[in-house]
Amino acid sequence: MATVQAAVLALQGSVEPHLRSLHAAGAEPIEVRKPAELDGITHLVIPGGESTTLHHLLKIHGLDQQIPERVRAGSLALLGTCAGAILMGKNPEQAPPRFELIDVDVDRNAYGRQIHSFVGEIEWQSGPGPGTGEGVFIRAPKFVRIGEGVNVIARREDEVVAVQQDRCVACCFHPELTTDPRLHRWFLGI
Amino acid sequence: MNDGYSSPLRGTGLSEAHRTRIGLAEMLRGGVIMDVTTAEEAHVAQEAGAVAVMALERVPSDIRRDGGVARMSPVEKVEEIQKVCSIPVMAKARIGHFVEAEILESLEVDFIDESEVLTPADHAYHIDKNRFNVPFVCGATNLGEALRRIGEGAAMLRTKGEAGTGDITEAVRHLRAIHSEIRRLTTAPEEEWMTLAKDHGAPYSLVCQVAKEGRLPVPNFAAGGIATPADAALAMRLGAEAVFVGSGIFKSKDPLRTAKAIVHATAHFEDAAELANASRNLGEAMPGIDASKLSEAERLQDRGW
Repeated sequence: MATVQAAVLALQGSVEPHLRSLHAAGAEPIEVRKPAELDGITHLVIPGGESTTLHHLLKIHGLDQQIPERVRAGSLALLGTCAGAILMGKNPEQAPPRFELIDVDVDRNAYGRQIHSFVGEIEWQSGPGPGTGEGVFIRAPKFVRIGEGVNVIARREDEVVAVQQDRCVACCFHPELTTDPRLHRWFLGI
Repeated sequence: MNDGYSSPLRGTGLSEAHRTRIGLAEMLRGGVIMDVTTAEEAHVAQEAGAVAVMALERVPSDIRRDGGVARMSPVEKVEEIQKVCSIPVMAKARIGHFVEAEILESLEVDFIDESEVLTPADHAYHIDKNRFNVPFVCGATNLGEALRRIGEGAAMLRTKGEAGTGDITEAVRHLRAIHSEIRRLTTAPEEEWMTLAKDHGAPYSLVCQVAKEGRLPVPNFAAGGIATPADAALAMRLGAEAVFVGSGIFKSKDPLRTAKAIVHATAHFEDAAELANASRNLGEAMPGIDASKLSEAERLQDRGW
């Protein structure tokens, strides 16, 4: 993985667990908070956190423009979990504004408040799979519409919980809150 | 204290409920949790980039001024704030008042703060937080208190500071105390752990865990006396993983601006140029009270056992 430089967007959220997962997957990740720090990064993780907070902080220095531009130019792979997945998808009716990098509509807090958070089995269909894994769902979002060019990579029962389009991967649950590095390892290879 | 990778992931090996409770605390890291008393204030907090709000009837500086018995927020107040928020909504219950906590859980608040800012309901015992599905945050002034609260089921800790003063000094003292006690534990040989557990008044199993891992098993946030962007960054530099701001926002001259500035400062807490940007043209901070001038009866941090 000589050409891989992984990083975690470190403005807010579960940054440290992602650093740990990337490390376990064989990378030496750094933290990104400002545009200049994005130079040379090939794989960026947008962690779980609060999507409105992340959007607010991304906007201050224009990372809300720069990250999607780098992805569209093909020089950056992106993994978003929970709040990160929300930002990467679409939803014209809900705040915050989205990057629209994956053709999915994502509803925030779709399972309800914290008391409805849970740990459940997920099934990898492609991506790091096949196989099963543990999904930690915390005030999790849902994909409510999935576009044609989108690859389903994980399901929980009949729901799609992780998707991929080109070099963008969005996940409704928190692989970083488990000790299973499969998703991160696979992500570093895309 | 650690490089972020050397100690194991927090929450592994625990029950599903406990893991999701600590998981939400992990999601709030690097963020600012703001005290709000109305739907309008909640809207301002969300607009400014708060990661969560604390729904209250009065902010701590008003509780301090008004005196009397401070209780759980009125139900309709919590509901009014929940209605306008897409971010998590927290609410406070009195120390030991497990019925207030049950009521808040039935309202589906996202986090309960068993708080010394309210008048304690029980002068010997805290709430048995392990039997709830909703996560709890509790205040701690030292390692022993922190580990007792974790033993009772707290999913997150915060310093107590001295709420409602706008004086950061007590939050600093509590952060420094906890971190220096953790450092002391990690260098102590194993035969000293039981005596250290006795000295701290802390569960032995948790003392062993902290001695091995070099950090608390749940996130620790700062609270009490944070009034400026620099205060928030100082707390983060001293090892807090996020900050609570109570009176500091809505008692300042320009709450939206102050709130945005504190959010900015908490995200960029190690970058002095960013902190200068966040601190520019803020106007007056909340009027403060020197925490060292408070009488014993006025000190909130001594509540908790």
